Amino acid sequence: MKGLITGVLVTLGASVASWTIASDDIQAVMQSSFVTKNQASMERLQQDAVQSVCSAPRGMPLDNKTLTTLREERLNAVVLPADGQYLGDWQRGAEVAGNGRGLQSSDDPTKPNGGNCYACHQLAPDEVAYGTLGPSLTGYGARGQSEAMLQYTWTKLWDTHAYNLCSHMPRFGAQGILSEQQLKDVMAYLVDPASPVNQTEQ
Amino acid sequence: MKTCYFWFTLLVISLSSWPLAAEDGVFDQYRDLMGDDNPAVFVIDEGEELWFAAQGPKSVTLDSCDLGLGPGVTAGAYARFPRYFADTDEVMDLESRLVHCMTTIQGRDLETVTEKPYSLRGDLGTEMEALVTWLAAESEGAKIAPEQTHAAERAMYTLGEEIFFYRAGPHDFSCATCHEQSGMRIRLQALPDLTSHSGAAEAWGSWPAYRMSQGLVRTMGWRLRDCFRQQRWPELQMGSEVSIALQTYMAVNAAGGIMTAPGLKR
Amino acid sequence: MAGRIKIRAQKKGDVTEVKALMRHPMETGMRKDQAGDAIPAHFITEVAVFHGDQPVMQGHWGAAVSANPFLGVRFAGGEPGDTVRVAWVDNQGGTGEGQTTIR
Repeated sequence: MKGLITGVLVTLGASVASWTIASDDIQAVMQSSFVTKNQASMERLQQDAVQSVCSAPRGMPLDNKTLTTLREERLNAVVLPADGQYLGDWQRGAEVAGNGRGLQSSDDPTKPNGGNCYACHQLAPDEVAYGTLGPSLTGYGARGQSEAMLQYTWTKLWDTHAYNLCSHMPRFGAQGILSEQQLKDVMAYLVDPASPVNQTEQ
Repeated sequence: MKTCYFWFTLLVISLSSWPLAAEDGVFDQYRDLMGDDNPAVFVIDEGEELWFAAQGPKSVTLDSCDLGLGPGVTAGAYARFPRYFADTDEVMDLESRLVHCMTTIQGRDLETVTEKPYSLRGDLGTEMEALVTWLAAESEGAKIAPEQTHAAERAMYTLGEEIFFYRAGPHDFSCATCHEQSGMRIRLQALPDLTSHSGAAEAWGSWPAYRMSQGLVRTMGWRLRDCFRQQRWPELQMGSEVSIALQTYMAVNAAGGIMTAPGLKR
Repeated sequence: MAGRIKIRAQKKGDVTEVKALMRHPMETGMRKDQAGDAIPAHFITEVAVFHGDQPVMQGHWGAAVSANPFLGVRFAGGEPGDTVRVAWVDNQGGTGEGQTTIR
């Protein structure tokens, strides 16, 4: 406790990540404050490069070169579908988009994870219980199904940081939240003209 | 001769039929209908009884517990938390201070009193929940004024801010993911901006709160633990540094606001 | 802790308004606890409001009513100082009762 306070006061100076308390100290605080519960293990508190860089408080200036390098790294690590097919079944995709469970300590690890898209995005116009943290995706299919568009959308779902570093959105592919097949199904839910997402007429 | 015509309103809210995320407007109407009739009143009474109940090996009450305003002073005490206590040389939240008093004054076993601070499904409430609810009611209407005079209190705020923005877990979530913008919502649940004074004051001031969907009063300690569950993090421990730091961050951002707890939430 | 009732009764014009909050878990019997075992059904089955000895409301309740239920009743008549009593019985044979005087 006393060590931590010293850490706080001492590390307000400049370093690579100048907003942080010494990372050893914050790790010690985390380790003493949480305990593993079911599948939610303590290893989850270790940050990777994206999480570390994107933990800067709002308005904190970040070094452009570091950001560009990291973003390119993420873009190069994106795994496109092995068979080149981006689109699955939009009906199954609707289930993934509406399911908010998965990876919580209270969730059954034997059941598939949800994508929980509706927590943050408007999608099908007849679903009123949508969140607003992310932009509305209603009518997303109007963007068409060109190879470039499909690859862009896949990449956004796989690892949002490949285009928009420090976006709030989870990395559904890169972090293994959704399977390749689930991602294809969500893709179809977004772009298939028959999907409820694209029934924007009335 | 008495006429026994009557009409009655039953507020029949089943756990299963209460929408998971009803619109705020609808819940506000419901809250108006309830008026001052918050089921937390039972928990307030239970907390007061527990405060004055002789317990533990020493068979004494908590009435000599110093919540920062002197032994046994409960009015307005909660509105000044979290704060530094010289006797422990630590910044404490109300929950950890209560644990301290139970173990030192009453001589109770630390493991026993910290084993199950928050109700599980099917429970009617815990001692910690009841005490915090009563003490919050003892601060109702008071100005939120957490101490920030001691260096440890200020350091706790800085730590809280850092943790607030700390992204981790499979979903890369931090507190800030949901709580650094105003006017946003998850599904239909409105999210307070805890980095702003108004958002922090509304949120900090209204916990502990009776949750209609759970039939229980929940404390801020539980609120934080459940946020981290949804963040896919491991389980936050009551009275831990992360818990106290985040509460300090919220309370200081909320300073000047008014304590309205115990609130009534869906 | 179950069994407690908080009651307020107030004369408003020609009617008396009664508000009662009851401390009760109102378990449906459909929920499971953390270990996955069913939590036994435990809910109020009958509730009644009395003005003096006179019943002014009797109701049958079930598992659909929320935990710690709130009951509002208005009846014609009643005078300040009169006694109002609320009582319930649950499916496990438990009872609860509380009374107040009309303000």
